[in-house]
Amino acid sequence: ANVADPGKRTVYSMCGMCAVRCPIQVEVEDGRVRWLQGNENDKAMGASLCAKGAAGLSLLYDDDQRPLQPLIRVGERGQGQWRQASWDEALDYVAQKLQKVIDAHGAKAIALSDRGGPFNDLTKSFLKAIGSPNYFNHDCTCGRNTHHAALSLYGLGRKGLSYDIKNTRHIVLYGRNIIESLQVKEAKDFMKAMAAGAKCTYIDPRASLTAAKATRYWQIRPNTDYALNLALIHEVIYNELYDKEFCARWVSGLDELKTFVAPYTAQWQEEHTGIPAAEVQSFIREIAADAPKVMFHAGWMTARHMQSFYSSRTASILNVLFGAIETPGGLIFAKKAADAGRKPLRSLGEPMPKPVDQRVDGCGWKYSHFDAGPGLLHLLYEAMETDQPYHVGAYICYRHDPLSALPDPEAQKKALDRLDLLVAIDVNYSETAWYADVILPEATYLERANILALKDGAKPTIQMRDQAVAPLHDTRPAWWIFGQLASRLGAGQYFNFQAIEDIWAYQLEGTGVDIAQLRQRGVLSLADQPIMFDRAEGLKFKTPSGKIELVSSRLSQAGIESFAPFQPPKALADDEFRLLFGRSSVHNHAHTANNPLLHEILHDNPIWVHPRRAEALGLADGDEAVVSAPGYSAKAKVKLTPWIHPDAVFLLHGFGRTVPLQKRAFGNGVADQRLQVGLLHVYDPAGGANALCEATVRLARAGK
Amino acid sequence: MSKYYLLQDSDMCIGCQACEVHCKTNKGLPVGPALCKNIAVGPLAVGGLPRVRFVFMPCFHCTEASCLAVCPTGAVIKRPSDGIVYIDQARCIGCKSCIAACPWGACQWNPQTNKAVKCDYCMDRLDAGLKPACVTKCLTGCLEFGEANQVDDKRRQRFAQALAESTYFGEKATG
Repeated sequence: ANVADPGKRTVYSMCGMCAVRCPIQVEVEDGRVRWLQGNENDKAMGASLCAKGAAGLSLLYDDDQRPLQPLIRVGERGQGQWRQASWDEALDYVAQKLQKVIDAHGAKAIALSDRGGPFNDLTKSFLKAIGSPNYFNHDCTCGRNTHHAALSLYGLGRKGLSYDIKNTRHIVLYGRNIIESLQVKEAKDFMKAMAAGAKCTYIDPRASLTAAKATRYWQIRPNTDYALNLALIHEVIYNELYDKEFCARWVSGLDELKTFVAPYTAQWQEEHTGIPAAEVQSFIREIAADAPKVMFHAGWMTARHMQSFYSSRTASILNVLFGAIETPGGLIFAKKAADAGRKPLRSLGEPMPKPVDQRVDGCGWKYSHFDAGPGLLHLLYEAMETDQPYHVGAYICYRHDPLSALPDPEAQKKALDRLDLLVAIDVNYSETAWYADVILPEATYLERANILALKDGAKPTIQMRDQAVAPLHDTRPAWWIFGQLASRLGAGQYFNFQAIEDIWAYQLEGTGVDIAQLRQRGVLSLADQPIMFDRAEGLKFKTPSGKIELVSSRLSQAGIESFAPFQPPKALADDEFRLLFGRSSVHNHAHTANNPLLHEILHDNPIWVHPRRAEALGLADGDEAVVSAPGYSAKAKVKLTPWIHPDAVFLLHGFGRTVPLQKRAFGNGVADQRLQVGLLHVYDPAGGANALCEATVRLARAGK
Repeated sequence: MSKYYLLQDSDMCIGCQACEVHCKTNKGLPVGPALCKNIAVGPLAVGGLPRVRFVFMPCFHCTEASCLAVCPTGAVIKRPSDGIVYIDQARCIGCKSCIAACPWGACQWNPQTNKAVKCDYCMDRLDAGLKPACVTKCLTGCLEFGEANQVDDKRRQRFAQALAESTYFGEKATG
């Protein structure tokens, strides 16, 4: 059917309101979207949809405070003076500037970042086609520590093992805020498990709504979760609570670990974390009784402090010690198409030669323990600032907003100012788009199709985002935008697709699946039944030894310790706080702040302060406070609550927008990343991710 | 009272407020009116743990509906077949009497039409054999809808299960 056809039809798609991309179904009547819901062909999803997902209709029909045609900057960067351009003009303009950079410095001088996810074969392939190795994503402020920790243990990335939450008996969460940092299927599984009597231990200096569902809550001192984990491992090993059979078969380095954790007792951790030793000891016995149906969540977003890599790694080690691998209620290998005896989707980049240059961020060569895949974006900034190892001339931000996501936008701008070209491709006016030279407006997810996605899991599944309606404005889908740019840069032979169906047919070659089947269901599993590996002989760890390497050969090669001594966080001055941040279930990071219906529900981010600290500062609930870091300060309303550790203050991320055209969100609340002054290049050296919660701030009553 | 019952299983509610947006998008309502609200109360310390109660506030479709009693034009109507209380937009003159009268704040103001609006349990959807929008797409399934006494009340089952496990079977039970 054509998108403009009259009458009613159901279109299967994937939500685009956040990066989870839940499968959805879209009811269209006479070319207008009438109803959005979860895709019921995915049993775990059902009709469920979160507030953001529902507000997709508001994005499409009520929100004209976003780029609606290509824009080319006319004033200074960031001044917000634009002229409207046709697509041809804007694409020619971008391509000519890119070509100039290529002529002067080679294709390697072009970098691109996106937010990862199931469609990034397109962006990676675009860079490959033009000959640049410099693909980045958002992950230095998200899951890189977790990813590198998983690689060091299993030889698999952070998504190589998935959490079987709905069958678990005890889930341990380190600030993983399952019911607010929402993934619909994960939250549903979590609540099903809790209703079935599972326990949840939630560990966070701030009590999120997930704490309000947990059966145990520890208000841990900020940035000390690694100390807790070392003591937990001590308790497990010295009380012989671990799964001896599993460890004997699959684990190497246990003796070294035992020696290392000898001094890290439950009593020792108490002075660092504030959690009573006796509680730690009774907790670990409770876990042991439920093993192996237990899980210590190694985290998604763990870009927190200087030892977050080791926090995540030790959480995974606890899973390993309890044998919670490839067992119901524990962690399960995410199966690939090949595990189902099927071919995966064909990569667009398959026919293209590999770029000859090394990555500009040193990932995979200078830093052999950092995965080359999406690299580390803060190291791109370093290269932009220093021209080392080589010059970067152009940077394309696709759906990614580093000025919101990475620390210290003012420091970032100094690096961006050295670029010849900054391009933003986005649905919204991101902070970065506002600073860019050209904005290429992508059509909303309901107005576009994407390349097909393949999601690994117990049942590997192909997912489709089909186009529901025609674009209302002069916006375009990413596959078309990147294809047009590639053609203008002489790489058109790799993007010789006239319609999305041409790309889908190419991707589906040899998979045994066709477009019509996918259009009927939106999701299609490549396996009839969940695939489980044989736990005795069939586990597929990709380490050199084929075992779970507690002492990691990958880390040793790079001169990194597998077990690092705990470094207590830097002491705070009397009037200092650690600045923590998080999310609500209503907004997606900074991307939805200006959505009419979501802004209506939540449009401010008061700062959480412990009553004891507030009293000393003369602050009362509802007061206006000045929050400051060296060189930056902002006003915030005080939310007085005992549910934040006295050492810390807390802000929801995504507020304090500075784009004037986002009239609803403009100026509301505080932008935590602006308070992370001086942290752009502060990162965990073992895991690579930014250490966002190393930020400290001071508070004072406004007007004083 | 309508013959229907909208049950919120608060233990299963995560306060995601999706219900509020499902409602507004289904009714095509602008910023302003909210036909349902899911109010979070807390966190308060209960046995040392932070606890939040979520209270879902749609219209209760009262037997003695205050909004209906005060409406001067007969715009507020109780549907004879099932007792749903709704506002006939054609007859509403925008006097706001119903908004003033409702003890629960269920009647709302639509600034686009300058008329009162309220929850009608999505009666057009009910007539098509469907459930209200908020229930259909509830993230965790904590909202249930049906005829009173016929709604599957999982709370009893869950309580019985927990009681039996803690008092009768005890620690030694397996399987």
